[in-house]
Amino acid sequence: MMKAKLMRFGLTGGPSYPKSLIVIIALVTVAAASLFAGARASAQQPAAITAQQGRNLPQGLYAIRNARIVTVSGPVIESGTIVVREGKIESVGANVTVPAGAQELDARGLSVYPGMIDLGTSLGLVEIEAGAPGTVDLTEVGDMNPNAQAIFGINPHTAHVTITRANGVTTVLSSPRGGIISGQAALINLDGTTPREMAVTAQAALVITFPRASAGGRRDFASTPEAASNLNEAITTRDRQVEQLRKLIRDAEAYGKAQDAYARDKSLPRPEQNVVLAALAPYARGERPIIVRADREVEMRAAISFAEEMRLQRPIILGGNDAWKIATFLRERNVSVILTGVLDLPNREDDYYDQLYANAARLSEAGVRFAISTGDTGAQVRDLPYHAGMAAAFGLPREEALKAVTLYPAQIMGASDRIGSIEPGKLANLVIADGDILEARTHIRHLFIAGRSVPLTNRQTELYQQFKDRK
Amino acid sequence: MRIEMRRTIAIVLALSIFSALPVLSTRAQRTQRGNQAPATAQAETLIRNATILTVSHGTLQNSDILIRGGKIVGIGQNLRASERARVIDATGKYVMPGIIDCHSHSMVDAINETTYSVTSMVRIRDVLNPTDVDLYRELAGGVTTLNVLHGSANAIGGQNVVVKIKYGRPVEEFIFPGAPPGIKFALGENPKRTNFPSPAGQPRRYPATRMGVEEVIRDAFTRARDYKRTWDEYRARLQRNEKNLIPPRRDLQLEPLVEILEGRRLVHAHSYRADEILMLIQLADEFGFKIRTFQHALEAYKVASEIARHGAGASIFVDQWGYKIEAYDAIPYNAAILVRAGVNTSINSDSNERARRLNIEAAKAMKYGDLSEDEALKTITMNPAWQLGIDARVGSIDVGKDADLAIWNGHPFSVYSRVELTFIDGEVFFDRQQDLARRADLERERATLEQAEPNRPPASGGSSPSLPRGRRPAYGHDDDELDGGNDQ
Repeated sequence: MMKAKLMRFGLTGGPSYPKSLIVIIALVTVAAASLFAGARASAQQPAAITAQQGRNLPQGLYAIRNARIVTVSGPVIESGTIVVREGKIESVGANVTVPAGAQELDARGLSVYPGMIDLGTSLGLVEIEAGAPGTVDLTEVGDMNPNAQAIFGINPHTAHVTITRANGVTTVLSSPRGGIISGQAALINLDGTTPREMAVTAQAALVITFPRASAGGRRDFASTPEAASNLNEAITTRDRQVEQLRKLIRDAEAYGKAQDAYARDKSLPRPEQNVVLAALAPYARGERPIIVRADREVEMRAAISFAEEMRLQRPIILGGNDAWKIATFLRERNVSVILTGVLDLPNREDDYYDQLYANAARLSEAGVRFAISTGDTGAQVRDLPYHAGMAAAFGLPREEALKAVTLYPAQIMGASDRIGSIEPGKLANLVIADGDILEARTHIRHLFIAGRSVPLTNRQTELYQQFKDRK
Repeated sequence: MRIEMRRTIAIVLALSIFSALPVLSTRAQRTQRGNQAPATAQAETLIRNATILTVSHGTLQNSDILIRGGKIVGIGQNLRASERARVIDATGKYVMPGIIDCHSHSMVDAINETTYSVTSMVRIRDVLNPTDVDLYRELAGGVTTLNVLHGSANAIGGQNVVVKIKYGRPVEEFIFPGAPPGIKFALGENPKRTNFPSPAGQPRRYPATRMGVEEVIRDAFTRARDYKRTWDEYRARLQRNEKNLIPPRRDLQLEPLVEILEGRRLVHAHSYRADEILMLIQLADEFGFKIRTFQHALEAYKVASEIARHGAGASIFVDQWGYKIEAYDAIPYNAAILVRAGVNTSINSDSNERARRLNIEAAKAMKYGDLSEDEALKTITMNPAWQLGIDARVGSIDVGKDADLAIWNGHPFSVYSRVELTFIDGEVFFDRQQDLARRADLERERATLEQAEPNRPPASGGSSPSLPRGRRPAYGHDDDELDGGNDQ
């Protein structure tokens, strides 16, 4: 019954498929719906929402009822109602009145969570990492690319979008990698036909890989572009790179001033236009967030003083494997950390076996604001809940682990007015699951992104349907 | 295979009698006697009141496990131990068999002998480094046994070795007693070196296509068959007491292949695409040998029934995909389809990092395709034990099996759980409480070392320290590395 009702508002979005594919997807969707929702038939299970009818704007009015609501921002509501209107959460509570005309989804026995957010990805910029360079748009040529914007490289129709969101991750920050200034990251919802439709914030932050004295590393996007052969050489290279960065940021600031002056007074000689400096100027003036890739104490400290010296915004550390060592310092400077290394192997032979598992717990104890991220380019971003879970196994309180993949990343990106928790006024990015979403055994049953019911099917569920009964 | 198994069991039984003695040495005794085996075979441990995931016969609540002489000698309620037994109260805790990782490159100083396409003569056994600290980190994830494989650069790679992670012991004690020998094969992108440039100035190595990979294996087995015939004829003539015979020249490359033809060596074949899996099955059938496991086998779900009919196992990632072209059709439902088709399926790591959390990788198999808890548990215990021919000794919690197990503070399939104690042959090789207790001393030792002359920074007169290495991120595939894996 619910199914029929909800089918009508046909809220799916995502890629627009050719007709034949739509037929296949429709068939698969019905089958997958039974897989995800109906397989363990139970009187308490609600009907699946299986609409796949092209794209509508989020205009529906509906209510999710009898759900256990994990709001994240407030206490858990053991049985409550969420009303969604025009893609946004209108009301949440144990005793909310369902407005007239609202369609209803009975979520008895299920839990509703805010969609999870991973800030350390490059999702959409890479389809296949090795052997298909045509599908890789990760790293621009040269070391200084403030003009490289992820929003222009993200493929909304990548398989990574539908595969990642099926695990309850609804929003990611996608960043270019490599060089020193890697480019500008985009904060995107994992639903939409165009990058702009996906964007929560199209130019969300400037991503800098802070120069480090290093020999480089395996698959190490955080290493400096030039590998050195001894420490002295490496230190010289690093210092030269920091100086290049300093100079470019000063140039951008000066460029901004010159443009402003000309805008006020057209009698001045018209300053030359420069795309690179124009892209960098708002960041150089401290108007927009800076994300700095850094793992070691020395680079994190250097990045923070560099930002202070240059009067940039307080940097957000991306990586932070050694952040626990300077937790007090980070709190005092009010620096946020996106931890991408919970599941990294400890780097040094004498590191404790659980050093990186326990990093988040140490930051939490010290009062540092942090988020947990997979740090993955795309394929394994769906593992985000298990990174948070591992941090919880090693001392991070479970509620904090959940916040580290929902509310805290939203706050760090200045987007907590729109995403990160189940509160009135926020986008309806909702995950409905049959258990704790951080647990690997939990099944996601329904997913809403900006209020649209999005299918849980993807390339992988399609292949499953195609081959599961082959004899 | 049945004959081979019977032989394996016989060897295993024989060896277990002899091996029970050395495995129970304590550290103190070792110091006194060097590495001579002390006579403590009767050391006892009683794990009390645990939830036991036996894998072979379900989950037991509030039950005990009695360990003596490195073996499990009792499972049940209110078991009694002698007075000298160590008693561990495991109330509220879970015990599961030690995890078996059927695809590892831990503790090796070299992964790939890349110069030839057929390197059956090289042995991983010769390059084991028992001090690799990642081994300790794997123990802390409840892993006790590793299938240490040669890399996947060659169509026919080197010989593997199965080890128990007896971290802190001499390398000889790592070798799994009685484990049948094996070998690595590889198909697809890696042996044709698609993603790896040739060293400067060197021509591209043959083969460069999947056609060439088939031919390389066919050629090797054609030569091995001839070689075997030469030796069989020689032995027959010896049997007939012919005089003045000259034995054929030994060929270290072909000997292991003859062992494969005779069913005495297990083939672990790295493979991704369905077509290359079928190619190898066909070739093996033609030459009359068996593939024991298809490793990775990301598209095995497309040909599950063919794999089942051949009798091979599949040792896979649960949900890794997309990191190269041939991994684009990998699906997390692979395990479910294979298990339902009757294929013995294990979930492996191919990564020192992922090896530490195979419990969660196995738990995912319950989410994708709805395997039961026991089916999912088997993918990291009983099934890899069978794939390595060691299932008579490890892989489940049964009386008579090796006491290789781990005590977890919660259900091992929960992301919130961690390992408290890991046992191998009844002896503790990881103890979280002990690890935590040692840290204050280690901090002091570290501080002292940092003040030592050789460790001073250059400015204060010391020599230049080595360059720090980059991070060691999750989601690597050690298999693909040209050489030393994680280390640069």
